[in-house]
Amino acid sequence: MAVLRIIFLLALAFPAWGANQEAEITRFLNEALSQMPSAPLPAAEALWIVGDLQPAGRCVVRRAILEHDYPAARVRYWRAGLRTVWVLDEVGKEMPITVGIAIERGAVQHVRVLVYRETRGWEVKSPAFTAQFTGTRLTAEQRLDRHIDGISGATLSVRALNKLARLALLFDRHITGGGKP
Amino acid sequence: MFKPTTRTVISLLLLSSLAAPAWAEPGMEERIKAMELRLQALENENRNLKEQATRTEQKVEVAGNQMEKIASQGTSSKAAWAEKTTFGSYGELHLNKLKNRKTGGVNRDELDFHRFVLFMGHEFDDRTRFFSELEVEHAVSKDTAAGSTGVVAVEQAYIDFALNDMLSAKAGIMLMPIGIISETHEPPTFYGVERNPVETSIIPTTWREGGVALTAKMGNGFTVDGAITSGLSTTAARSYAVRDGRLSVASATAKAPAYTARLKWSGMPGVEVAGALHRQSDITQGADATAGAATLYEAHAVVNKGAFGLRALYASWSLNGSGPKAVGADKQNGWYVEPSWRFSEQWGVFARRSNWDNKAGDAANSRFGQTDMGVNFWPHPDVVVKLDYQNQQSPAGLDEFDGFNLGLGYQF
Repeated sequence: MAVLRIIFLLALAFPAWGANQEAEITRFLNEALSQMPSAPLPAAEALWIVGDLQPAGRCVVRRAILEHDYPAARVRYWRAGLRTVWVLDEVGKEMPITVGIAIERGAVQHVRVLVYRETRGWEVKSPAFTAQFTGTRLTAEQRLDRHIDGISGATLSVRALNKLARLALLFDRHITGGGKP
Repeated sequence: MFKPTTRTVISLLLLSSLAAPAWAEPGMEERIKAMELRLQALENENRNLKEQATRTEQKVEVAGNQMEKIASQGTSSKAAWAEKTTFGSYGELHLNKLKNRKTGGVNRDELDFHRFVLFMGHEFDDRTRFFSELEVEHAVSKDTAAGSTGVVAVEQAYIDFALNDMLSAKAGIMLMPIGIISETHEPPTFYGVERNPVETSIIPTTWREGGVALTAKMGNGFTVDGAITSGLSTTAARSYAVRDGRLSVASATAKAPAYTARLKWSGMPGVEVAGALHRQSDITQGADATAGAATLYEAHAVVNKGAFGLRALYASWSLNGSGPKAVGADKQNGWYVEPSWRFSEQWGVFARRSNWDNKAGDAANSRFGQTDMGVNFWPHPDVVVKLDYQNQQSPAGLDEFDGFNLGLGYQF
């Protein structure tokens, strides 16, 4: 009983579970779009995964990045000037990881793990880890142009974030044509 | 050429012909009216098409929203429990071609499907999950005259409670949070065909116990784990060797609980530093009056920066009592250092030096050493082919295996 009491007290000492996943996503979008926190978000646009993204059934999303189909026919994104902002999901080992990614001129500006649901590998949420993605670009082979150091014991979560960064860069390139500063 | 009067007459004739109205031609007016009507019809058609396109876009938008709504609600042909249940697996096939240097010793020429493991997880809700691993070791489990070959075992089976974003608890059969490969042991995640000997003989991986555990993510890269579990039960007959004391939560004696604490820091990408302390009040679970409490200290570091990798670990047991002391088993310790170089996504090479001693408490030479070097090839990030060479040094009179190991491993 003493152990249970300690666990209960510790649980009370920390912030509530999933303080609000929607709020976390909205907060990220406001920051990524350089808006005031209270400002209404601009309307989301939609990118349909058709055409160049899926030529003749050889979907570049599946073949070169995710190794599976994107789980929807379209992807929502937000745009402010040259910046596109994406909120994407990918499974690490068992559960989807929700990640916010801002792209500008073909380079990653910001990556943040918005909802982490796996039981192991939560270290990918660390700003020290996600900061590695800043400035990365997509190569012609749909890879990141620089190495991302992994985390011991979080291989699959690291791989999921790597895929999502590449996916957001690919989608941005499809919309804006990429482009260098 | 022409006189002015003539030029004036010609100019008047030309002007009068140009000024003559076109509609004056027969049927022209009707044709223009017909064209106006066609233009009007085209404008109407264009407007209708635009309206139709707008309506189609609206329908697509509504249909897309509905699809996303259905997808987010998990509506599919599967039952609700199936939607929240996941499966996975890992396994490894080993070929050992090892020569026994001990005089009269038996070589190990073996092809063994060493481990075949199935994962099964289930999410009851956002906060409560089940996770399990069911393992078959050595491909077949059956009783023979010589004893049992192979093992079927529940390697993990616990309920995980996410108390909040920073704190989680679990209860059931779980892996001990000690060492590098105890919790992350899928073949594509480490170098070498066989698991390293220190995390086999000193930290008895795969080391599972039953009990409760708490994990706190403290921020700045720090994680603290604490666990109260069942413990080992070593015997004098096996010289109190810790690996032989695993009860695997199989009707296990539970007279002396074990307490484990770990502090881990992973605040820099590619770097992990951790230390663990494990304490058990009776290492024989009350079966041996000459034995007593046992304490394990462990520390390790993992560095992966670019292509370079380094793993280093030290672990040391201290066993109380005259029984363990009498055979030198009151001290059991080991260490290893493993540099590696992953020179492409698919290829990596490593070298490892390991020393371990399960009877380090006396002056007799009982220390083992082993040098390994080899290569990993990942045809896919989750599939690995491994080849390594091992050179072992053993105390006099004990098996000493040198030779090659070839392995195939996978995870999903």
